[in-house]
Amino acid sequence: MVGAACAFYAARAGLRTVLVDRGPVAGGTTGAGEGNLLVSDKEPGPELELALLSLELWRRLVAEDPGLRTAVEYEAKGGLVVGSEYAGLAALEEFAARQRAGGVAAVGVDASELRSLEPNLDGGLAGGVLYPQDCQVMPALAAAHLVREARRAGAVLRTGEVVTAVRRAAGDGGRVLGVRTSRGDIHAPAVVNAAGTWGGEIAALAGAHLPVLPRRGFVLVTEPLPPRTVRHKVYSADYVADVASDSAALQTSAVVEGTAAGPVLIGASRERVGFDRTFSLPAVRRLAAQAVGLFPVLGRVGVVRGYLGFRPYLPDHLPAIGPDARVPGLHHACGHEGAGIGLATGTGHLVAQGLIGEVPELDLAAFRPDRFGAEESG
Amino acid sequence: MRVARVRMRMRKPVGSEGRQERGGRAGAGAVVVVGAGPAGVAAAVCAADQGVRVVLVDSAVRAGGQFYRQPDARWGARRPQVLHHGWRTWQRLTARLDAHLADGQVTHLAERHVWFVERAGGDGFVVHALGGSGQDRPETVRGDAVLLATGAYEKVLPFPGWTLPGVVTAGGAQAMLKGGLVLPPGRTVVVAGTGPLLMPVAAGLAAAGARVGALIESAGPGRLAWGAAKVAGHPAKLAEGARYAAALVWRGVPVRTGHAVVAAHGSVRLEAVTVAALDAEGRVRAGTGRRIACDALAVGHGLLPHTGLAGALGCRIEETAYGGWGVAVDGEQRTDLPGVWAAGEASGVGGAELALAEGEIAGRSIAARLRGREPDRRGCAAAAGTRAGLRAFARVIDGVYGPPAQWAERVGDDTVVCRCEEVPASAVRSAVAGLGATDLRSVKLLTRAGMGWCQGRVCAPGVAGVAGCAWSPASRVLAQPVPLAVLAREEGAAP
Repeated sequence: MVGAACAFYAARAGLRTVLVDRGPVAGGTTGAGEGNLLVSDKEPGPELELALLSLELWRRLVAEDPGLRTAVEYEAKGGLVVGSEYAGLAALEEFAARQRAGGVAAVGVDASELRSLEPNLDGGLAGGVLYPQDCQVMPALAAAHLVREARRAGAVLRTGEVVTAVRRAAGDGGRVLGVRTSRGDIHAPAVVNAAGTWGGEIAALAGAHLPVLPRRGFVLVTEPLPPRTVRHKVYSADYVADVASDSAALQTSAVVEGTAAGPVLIGASRERVGFDRTFSLPAVRRLAAQAVGLFPVLGRVGVVRGYLGFRPYLPDHLPAIGPDARVPGLHHACGHEGAGIGLATGTGHLVAQGLIGEVPELDLAAFRPDRFGAEESG
Repeated sequence: MRVARVRMRMRKPVGSEGRQERGGRAGAGAVVVVGAGPAGVAAAVCAADQGVRVVLVDSAVRAGGQFYRQPDARWGARRPQVLHHGWRTWQRLTARLDAHLADGQVTHLAERHVWFVERAGGDGFVVHALGGSGQDRPETVRGDAVLLATGAYEKVLPFPGWTLPGVVTAGGAQAMLKGGLVLPPGRTVVVAGTGPLLMPVAAGLAAAGARVGALIESAGPGRLAWGAAKVAGHPAKLAEGARYAAALVWRGVPVRTGHAVVAAHGSVRLEAVTVAALDAEGRVRAGTGRRIACDALAVGHGLLPHTGLAGALGCRIEETAYGGWGVAVDGEQRTDLPGVWAAGEASGVGGAELALAEGEIAGRSIAARLRGREPDRRGCAAAAGTRAGLRAFARVIDGVYGPPAQWAERVGDDTVVCRCEEVPASAVRSAVAGLGATDLRSVKLLTRAGMGWCQGRVCAPGVAGVAGCAWSPASRVLAQPVPLAVLAREEGAAP
């Protein structure tokens, strides 16, 4: 998704763009995501600023092209964060107040308003906060259609091609000259690393240290349900704490949402277990229990499938965006953890600005790719 | 073994949530066999003979699987054997099974749908199943070892009109016959596709009183003759084929090899099919199309193994040396995951007799390995010889049959390729041409083909063909839909 957005904005900026992927379009984390475009889970700070910019860019994209809006299943459905007890609710309110100061629309709702917003919610919930800016897209379609738009603007797509080396000049500060792939060399004065969970490997090929790590998540998919069974992205206040957590242990806080196609998605657990693809019943049981806790009506609904993905994260939970001061010509756009779909547009836009030498719209200091030091001799 | 048996009998009472736990902590020497077809029953009997406690879990009412499917006792069928060959072998095996059921060495849990096999952290396995008429009553079975004998299902490739009511799978038609159902007299059925299943299906339908309009086999006469020469070393198999062929001649069923059904027609339901001759490349020979009026079309293109449970467990799944895919197994039918065995069609499609041999080998291996011993090679020698011969035979069969190379060209843009999600072929083609999909997973993500209730079980080979990409068994985490409330229930403490 992030690579698709980078190619899209680069091609639109008039750059000759080649998009290379080791698999198909949307074959990595994108294809295993939920398509969250969220501000509700973000604390005030650089990530929230990037999220607000990205949401505005998403909004503009689908406003310019209503066909794209349908094609990517864009829905400005809003997020609803609910608290089950008064203590949790007070913390949520306090969090929302800080978000408002950062430019987020956050509306406190009481128990009765909850029922009218989400008639199928469990009656015992004390209240919550509505985030009208939260949106949803179907992530694979979003990536594929941005790639298609990028190709219309002149970009070349090369799938099933593995980058095996980043070519650098002997002198000139080791400038990037392009990449070597399984099918030959591609010459380019700039290389954007948008390789998601493989981002650390591409950086290493260029001689730069970037500690991208995987954080596993499971998503459950139900049979199709009548429209508006679940109207918003609904999750418990605990989710925010989980997203920000440094713990390696399993954390679950179910995010429940309907989709344009009918099934309800229930995400997402967070575990640091490397690239272990084994299905974890405990993780899935907790997700299911929380979802039924929020929406008792889902108890009898069949789960038809589950999938897992690996969120690429960096130790401080912020992505790496922009030029790498250590390797002239190397730019990064990776490490977005579970927010890559939402943050893709802003990231692509900012990377394209860097590529054509414009001053980026946001200060990229917090996203500097070299902020983790050299570690190994890079 | 005694200890395990005592524990088996100490069943937990039905809990407040309706959960039942069976098998107890089975201790050393209990195996859970998933699937009560030829492989599962053969393994269960052989393991039980050697003192292993066996819990046999199966979705059907009675043991037998697809091949030895028996009419429900309520139908009161008097001669189920007319639809089966090898019936005596099966009778002997079920007599042994009945003896073990009587002495408590084997427990048969019928009408249970297994949705997941869980590794209980170095401590055996927990098999999760759903029972009850609504498949919503959770049940777990523990074992020190698991045998996956999950069988196969039928591959059906799309063609214009294949979604019309009246079009059924060849295996489905056979299952209905074996289940004791009889067609209304005077109805015309066409049997079409490819594979060794078509002849017995056509013969069975004719014997049951249906008018079989034609048997349409896409493999050409040249391939069939090559296959017949190759299997000269299997006189029993040749005789079996000759018997079916003779039955078809006797019933006046026209057999067309090197032909295919290129379209099914009808406004509300099936009324006719168009059959055409194929050239050497599998393309339709111009001007050979002929319409056959019919009420039903039984169509099949071979069998695919059920590998879902194995895949979710993390077992390796590969292309077998004798054609098609299967759970990877060694000479003892062990998968690459310690404690997990696979036998029968699940480890590679090759028919009921091969499944019986593999089941026997697996059962003996399980009994030995649970005691920390090597299996007795001499005891397994006969079954191993049978297995080698039948795998060689399966390889020939795989070489003879197979859908015509160019079948996907005949799938019109408006033909629905995924029925659950109603995805037309055009959507699959444009995902490949315009959106950068290059494999089955990305086609699914970009078109929803294979995302519905059946999870691509029916449509995936067809979608792959239309997309022009390779098919391989999809990795699925749940072998079948599970109610969210069942998933949500926390695991009860082990007894």
